[in-house]
Amino acid sequence: MEYFIELLLSGLTRGAIYALIALGYTMVYGIIGLINFAHGEIYMIGAFTSFIVATILSIYGFPLLAIIVLAGLAAVIWSASYGYTIEKIAYKPLRKAPRLSALISAIGMSIFLQNYVLLAQTSEFLPFPQLIPDFPFMEPIAHIVGSTDLVILVTTTIAMLILTVVIKYTKIGKAMRATSQDRTMAMLVGINVDRIISVTFIIGSSMAAIGGLLIASHIGQINFSIGFLAGIKAFTAAVLGGIGSVPGAVLGSVVLGLTESFATGYVSSDYEDVFAFSLLVLILIFKPSGLLGKVESQKV
Amino acid sequence: MNGRILEVVGLTMDFGGIRALNNVDLDVKQGEIVALIGPNGAGKTTFFNCITGLYRPTKGDIFLYRQGSSRASLKGMKPNRVTEVGLARTFQNIRLFPQMTVLENVMIGRHCRTSSTIFGALVRNTSTRMEEDSIIESSHRMLVKIGLTQYENEIAKNLPYGAQRRLEIARALATEPELLLLDEPAAGMNPQETSELVNLIQSIAAEGQSILLIEHDMKLVMNLSERIFVMDYGKKIAEGTPEQIRNNPTVIKAYLGEEVDA
Amino acid sequence: MISAGELKKSLVVSLWFAFLTFPIMVVRVDPVESTVLWRWHNMVYVIVGSFFLSIIFRYLLHRRDIQTSRKESGQSNPDQTLIHRWLSNTRSRTIIFVSLLAVALAFPHMPYLSSTYQVNIMTTALMYVVLGLGLNIVVGLAGLLDLGYVAFYAVGAYTYALLNYHFGLGFWVVLPIGGILAALFGIILGFPVLRLRGDYLAIVTLGFGEIIRLVLENWGDFSQGPSGISNISRPGFFGIDLTLDQAIIYIYYLMVLFVVVTIFFVNRLQDSRLGRAWIALREDEIACQAMGIDKMKTKLAAFSLGAFWAGIIGVVFAAKTTFINPASFTFLESAIILSIVVLGGMGSIIGVIFGALVLILLPEYLRALAEYRMLAFGAVLVLMMVFRPQGLIGSIRRVYTYTPTKKGTTS
Ligand SMILES: Nc1ncnc2c1ncn2[C@@H]1O[C@H](COP(=O)(O)OP(=O)(O)OP(=O)(O)O)[C@@H](O)[C@H]1O
Ligand SMILES: [Mg+2]
Repeated sequence: MEYFIELLLSGLTRGAIYALIALGYTMVYGIIGLINFAHGEIYMIGAFTSFIVATILSIYGFPLLAIIVLAGLAAVIWSASYGYTIEKIAYKPLRKAPRLSALISAIGMSIFLQNYVLLAQTSEFLPFPQLIPDFPFMEPIAHIVGSTDLVILVTTTIAMLILTVVIKYTKIGKAMRATSQDRTMAMLVGINVDRIISVTFIIGSSMAAIGGLLIASHIGQINFSIGFLAGIKAFTAAVLGGIGSVPGAVLGSVVLGLTESFATGYVSSDYEDVFAFSLLVLILIFKPSGLLGKVESQKV
Repeated sequence: MNGRILEVVGLTMDFGGIRALNNVDLDVKQGEIVALIGPNGAGKTTFFNCITGLYRPTKGDIFLYRQGSSRASLKGMKPNRVTEVGLARTFQNIRLFPQMTVLENVMIGRHCRTSSTIFGALVRNTSTRMEEDSIIESSHRMLVKIGLTQYENEIAKNLPYGAQRRLEIARALATEPELLLLDEPAAGMNPQETSELVNLIQSIAAEGQSILLIEHDMKLVMNLSERIFVMDYGKKIAEGTPEQIRNNPTVIKAYLGEEVDA
Repeated sequence: MISAGELKKSLVVSLWFAFLTFPIMVVRVDPVESTVLWRWHNMVYVIVGSFFLSIIFRYLLHRRDIQTSRKESGQSNPDQTLIHRWLSNTRSRTIIFVSLLAVALAFPHMPYLSSTYQVNIMTTALMYVVLGLGLNIVVGLAGLLDLGYVAFYAVGAYTYALLNYHFGLGFWVVLPIGGILAALFGIILGFPVLRLRGDYLAIVTLGFGEIIRLVLENWGDFSQGPSGISNISRPGFFGIDLTLDQAIIYIYYLMVLFVVVTIFFVNRLQDSRLGRAWIALREDEIACQAMGIDKMKTKLAAFSLGAFWAGIIGVVFAAKTTFINPASFTFLESAIILSIVVLGGMGSIIGVIFGALVLILLPEYLRALAEYRMLAFGAVLVLMMVFRPQGLIGSIRRVYTYTPTKKGTTS
């Protein structure tokens, strides 16, 4: 039973991280219909930025809380800036081009960013400082759920709530929804579509940055290539939930996280990534609209 | 007199909650020109999409009577099979192969009437070469017939609008259909192009080609068609000769606000 | 020509990039030693570099937009560059092929230039030419973005490695088996996935590619896991034992032969009934079906033919290196082959040859660049899509013309 709960909680934690990344995929897809292949790299850059800032600050002896806040802030700022910039360079010029052109461009951007970090930093795995202390009040259940897991779950929940409020109730959120439903129409009613697209990239990238920071301190090491697998898995989660749907991305992430956790816990851990990829392939083949997505019918 | 060639029975098509077609019956006789008209959004294109296999109808059936063979149900057939069996169509918003030449566009139409395989392509044996020659020749003859030879080696997307519409017809005819379906062939044409189109359709029909066409241009419809079906909100509201349709009060009501002078 | 406004814009861009790249480019921390390295010189490079690059980027973008608007209004055809027009001529094309072939044949015997090492590199480049041409059928002609192409390559390589290891089967026996098995894999995979929309197809094929690699890595009993299979036999030469040098030259000539055969067949395929159907499918799937073309069959043909070539080259790869492991079959390998096709020109045979030679040989010969190889591949994909989606050498297709025969004129 305890083992079950342990797996359940670690599945939820995984799911929470996937959700933070999956949101970026789903929002961008909802608005410009592009699988932003480079999104995993945004997450990786978030992790790297927070790593760099946190290490510097701890060398200079800053208090832990300041380190966490500043590292998180830096990760969000830089990831958002990268997201904004790659949209301008690699996607905006291709808005009228066929879908596949933009996808190829996104793949190129992903490879480029990976190697950019590889060359500018290192190919080695870097130890990530432990930012989240073991809370004393968690002591009695520490063998089941760690403090990091708790922080991840809480942070993700807060982030989701903020995002929901932004999308549902703010002017910019309404404009985003309008743009994703019909871009031409949105333009006609005076919405600055370019700006909305930028905002979407910025929000999605910020979420990924938070995910990067959390997972890095959870796992304890980072590397230039962590974005690829995390990106693919988060994309799987987004498709599972129904790409384009924000609640879908969260649901899909939780389902994927739990599936992975139980599968590796009860079946075998050798094939951990095979599960995710197989799930991806199966959903795309059998239910490409996902759990909560709309069925896209093609008008002739 | 003539036998039926197409018979559609109780065709119904739902999109989620919207019923785009509601129990539509329609038939076309051998060698006839039949028009399908109706206000915007009546479901005409949806009707074409259903009988050509692009959409799967919710209810109803479609039968094609081919010369010398018994009737075949088209329901559930894939679009390419429908074309093979003998229905070919054009599209309301032109769908040519834009980067291909005019001749090549028509050559694609010959695909389902030819048979060379990968093996033939690699080995290029005599029968493959002969088939290729015959594809080029018959496609060329089709362009002569439709009057597009002047553009033969142009890239399709560079053609003037009217010529593009005619190329779609040529391409569809190249599949040797039993019944030709035209979705608003005169849309966007100027009066002169329209009158050329009328001549073209008449000359095709004169060779015995059965035609079912959707059109908003009432003058063209009244001139060309032997029978007319009228749809509104997914339902068939009238059918009959041009004379009958012109004086049908239900039709006039459906078109209220639109001009129905001819 | 460059206005003050433009300069100001570029200045803003370069400052933006200085900020953007600051943590990654300038700072380098060592958490173990607790040291920080500030590489301010990198910031200078970034500022200067992005300043000029942004001017070029905007200029090219501007030129592209002018060209598209001109194309839309039907004036002139900017695709027709000088090279393109020259290559469209069958005779000049033949001349190129023959001279390239002559160079290729003479290469191993060129004094000074060639060595075993050089020949090896050339062989690799030729392998990528064939891989590129194979992927070109799928991506370039049929318009199906296959990101798991490397999986078929792996199937070929492992087919040879395993059959050789367990049963001692030779290269020539396994060569067709590897190709056919890969094609079969293509069909099996293609059945469920080819009805998916383009971008989903891309992701699913990527997923399949990764699954195959992960299985090879984890299923040790079958594939000997990450440590791979070694001591694979080199191709036999009429039962004669070759020295290592001879074997390398032998494989080189085999590859030249394969390239020639591939070009010959791909060329024929693209000018056939099937090839036209592929291109039609790429242009408009719905119209294509309405013309009576079986979408599934046509796509499967492209997919499995592409896979076939990858399988063949997989066998060659295993025979050439005599050692394979799953690490040779990552997604990046698929991405490299895709870059070759994209750089050269989708659907363009000459383009793909050119793309493979540039992308594989350039990093080999300019050692300084080798490090930046993957960075360049990424950039190539982005820049080509933005500025020249048709590739450096756009596709050159046969123009079908009607020439009245004796039979035709009498009517
Ligand atoms: N794929 C689809 N999904 C959902 N609704 C559809 C689809 N195709 C058509 N419809 C709906 O069916 C109705 C009929 O459309 P249809 O295109 O058949 O009209 P039409 O008679 O051809 O009109 P027009 O004269 O403007 O071409 C419309 O309300 C349309 O929105
Ligand atoms: Mg219509």
